[in-house]
Amino acid sequence: MSNSQVQGRPVAAELDLPYRERAQGVLRGALRDVLSWRFALLVFASLVVIYPLLWVVSLAFSGQQSLQLAQDTRDMGFWAQMAALVPLPEQWSLQNFRAVLTEQPFIRWLLNSLVVAGGTTVIGLVLSCTAAYAFSRFRFPGRNRGLMLFLVSQMFPAVLMLIPLYVIVVQWLGLGNSWLGLILVYAITALPFCVWMLKGYFDTLPYEIEESALLEGASRMTIFYRIILPLARPAIAVTGLFSFMTAWNEFILASIFMDDESLYTVPVGLRFFVSDYSSEWGYFAAGSIMVSVPVILLFLALQRFLVSGLSSGAVKG
Amino acid sequence: MTGIAVASIDFKGVVKRYADSAPTLPGLDLHIRDGEFMVLVGPSGCGKSTTLRMIAGLESVTAGELLIGDRKVNDVPPKDRDVAMVFQNYALYPHMTVFENMAFGLRVRKQPESQIRTSVEAAAETLGLADLLERKPGQLSGGQCQRVALGRAMVRDPQVFLFDEPLSNLDAELRVQMRASIGRLHREFGTTSVYVTHDQIEAMTLGSRIAILNGGELMQVGTPMELYGDPDNVFVAGFMGSPPMNILPVRNLGHALENRLMHVPREGLDRFGAELLVGVRPEALCPAAEAPAHWPRLSAPVEMVETLGAEMLVHLGQDDERLVARLPGLRALTPGESLTLAFDPAALYLFDARSRQRLREVRAAVVPQPELITP
Ligand SMILES: Nc1ncnc2c1ncn2[C@@H]1O[C@H](COP(=O)(O)OP(=O)(O)O)[C@@H](O)[C@H]1O
Ligand SMILES: [Mg+2]
Repeated sequence: MSNSQVQGRPVAAELDLPYRERAQGVLRGALRDVLSWRFALLVFASLVVIYPLLWVVSLAFSGQQSLQLAQDTRDMGFWAQMAALVPLPEQWSLQNFRAVLTEQPFIRWLLNSLVVAGGTTVIGLVLSCTAAYAFSRFRFPGRNRGLMLFLVSQMFPAVLMLIPLYVIVVQWLGLGNSWLGLILVYAITALPFCVWMLKGYFDTLPYEIEESALLEGASRMTIFYRIILPLARPAIAVTGLFSFMTAWNEFILASIFMDDESLYTVPVGLRFFVSDYSSEWGYFAAGSIMVSVPVILLFLALQRFLVSGLSSGAVKG
Repeated sequence: MTGIAVASIDFKGVVKRYADSAPTLPGLDLHIRDGEFMVLVGPSGCGKSTTLRMIAGLESVTAGELLIGDRKVNDVPPKDRDVAMVFQNYALYPHMTVFENMAFGLRVRKQPESQIRTSVEAAAETLGLADLLERKPGQLSGGQCQRVALGRAMVRDPQVFLFDEPLSNLDAELRVQMRASIGRLHREFGTTSVYVTHDQIEAMTLGSRIAILNGGELMQVGTPMELYGDPDNVFVAGFMGSPPMNILPVRNLGHALENRLMHVPREGLDRFGAELLVGVRPEALCPAAEAPAHWPRLSAPVEMVETLGAEMLVHLGQDDERLVARLPGLRALTPGESLTLAFDPAALYLFDARSRQRLREVRAAVVPQPELITP
C-alpha cells in the first residue's frame, strides 16, 4: 500500500498541475503584496515601534545595568557599527530578574498593584454597569446633562485633579497611604469613559428583548442580571480591561498618595530603580517586562470576548 | 388563570398621546371578544403597535379605560396582565438556548423544573422545534426563530396573545406557512389574540374580525367579508381587496351618475349631493360582450396589462379617471386600444366626495352572502 503511494506521487503531482498553478498564482499574489509600498510602510512602522522595546528586552536579559548603545562607536568599522545597533545582549543572563525579585520588594509591589487594579476593576464595573444601564434605558431629569458632564470631565488633563483629589482623599477622608484611597480614585476617574462605553453598547441591545422579558414576569433586576449583563460581556470585558490598565499603569497619583515603600504600586516602585541616587536600568527593564506580563495575559484571556457579535441573531430587521 | 376567566378586551375612549405632540390615538372604542382573533390593520404609523402595546402594558394609557376581562388594567404592570407577545424581530434571548428561551418565563415564575420541561417539550413538539432545543438563536433561520418566539408565548398559556407584525421579516413562502400555523394554533387553543399587520391579505386570511385603523382613528370593524362587501368609507374600500376597489369621481344628475367613462341611470339619488364617488371592484367588471344588455357600460383606453395566467389585470383610463379590471386572461389587448366593460349596477358603491363616507341607498347593501341552499 505504501508502495503504491510512493509510486503514485509523481502522477498525482502531474494531475495536480492546475492546483499547483493556482498555488503559484497565490504565491505570486503574496509576493506582490510583500513588495508593495504599503507593506514596506507597515514593516517600517512596526520596526519603529518595536525597536526600543527590543532594547528593553535586551537590557533586561543582559544582566547588566547600562545600555550598550552608550559605548563609543566612532572608531569602529561600518559592520561593527551596524552590529552595535542590533539589540542583542553580549551575554544572556537572568541576573536582573533574580535581583529584582529577591533583593528588591518587587513582589510586594506587584501584589499591591494587583489589589489596587483588581479593586478598581470590580468597583468601577459595578458602578459603571448600573449607571450606564440607567442612562441607556431610563429617561430622568438631568440625564442629558449628566452624560454631558461626564464628557466634559474628560476634557481636562488629569493632573489638574491632583490637588483637589489630594485634599479630598488624603486630608478629608484620611485615605492616604491605603489601598482603598487609590482604588476609589482610580475607579471614579475611569467612570466617565466606562459609562459612555457601556451605555453605547447597551443602546445597541434591542428594547424588545427586555420588553419580552418584562411581559414574562421578570423584574428589572432579573432582566439586568440575566439578560443585559450576559449580552454585554464583550463591552464589559473591554471596560474592565480599561479600568484595570488605568490603575495598573498609573504613576503620578500613586506616587503622591503612597508614602510607605511597602505600599508602592509597581510603577512607583520601578521609578526608584532609576533616580538621583541610582541608575539600575537593568532592574528597570526587567521590572518593566514583568509588569507587562499580567496585562498581556489579561488581553489573551479576554480576547474571545473582545470579538463581539454575541448578540447577532437576537433580532433581524 | 385559563378556563373560566373571560379574556375579552375593551377600549373605552382610550387616548394615547406621546410627549406633547398631537395624540396618536385621539379616542379609541373597540371591543375584542373572548376567544376571538382580532386583526388590527392599517397603514404604517397609524397607531397599530401603540394599541397593541397598551394591551401589553408596555405603553401607558393617557386617558380612557382599558379592560381585560372585566378588570381595568390601565395601571396594571405588564407581568400581571397574563398576556404574551410575539415581536416582529423575534426578541429572543441570544445567549440562551431554544429551551432556555422558552423556559425563561416559567423559571422567572418559579415553576417546578420538571413541569417546565414537560411544557417546553410539548410546545416544541407542536411547533416542530424538538430537534433544535439545544441551539442558540444565532444558529436558527428566521422562520425557526419566529417559531421559538411563538413557543415561548405558548408555554405560558396566557389569557391573551399579542402579535406585532410577526411575519414581516420572513420571505413570502415562509410567511404563508407561518400564517397557516398561527391560524391552526388559534383554532386549537382558542385564546383571545390580537394581531397587528399592515398586510391586508394576512388580515383577511387570519382574522375572525378585522379592525381598520387610519391615522389613529378606527375606520371600521367587522368580519373580513363585511369589510370587503360592505365598506363604510372610501378608506376601507380602498384597503381591502387586491387590487383595491376602483374609486371614480362622478356627477350626480339626480336620475343618473355620469363621468367621462360612463353613464349610469339610477333612482333614489336626490338625497345625495352633486359630487359623489363611485366604487366598483376590479372583479365586478366584465367584458361588455358577455354581460346582460341592461348592465351599464364603460369605455376607456387600455393603459397597461398585467398577465397573471388564468386572469389578467387591465389598467384603463387616464388622469383621475383610472381603474383596474380583473378579467379572464384569454384575450390579447394592446395598450391604447379602447375597451368596453360592463358591470352589475348593484355592485356599485356610492360615497360622499367630501366626507368620503359610504352613502347607503334604501336597497339592501350588497353583501356577497354565501348562497343559502333551500330545498
Ligand atoms: N415612543 C414613541 N414616542 C413618540 N411617538 C411615538 C412613539 N411610538 C410611536 N410613536 C408615534 O405614534 C404613531 C403611531 O406609531 P405606531 O403605533 O408604531 O404605528 P404602527 O405600528 O401602526 O406603524 C407614529 O406616528 C409614531 O411616530
Ligand atoms: Mg408597528
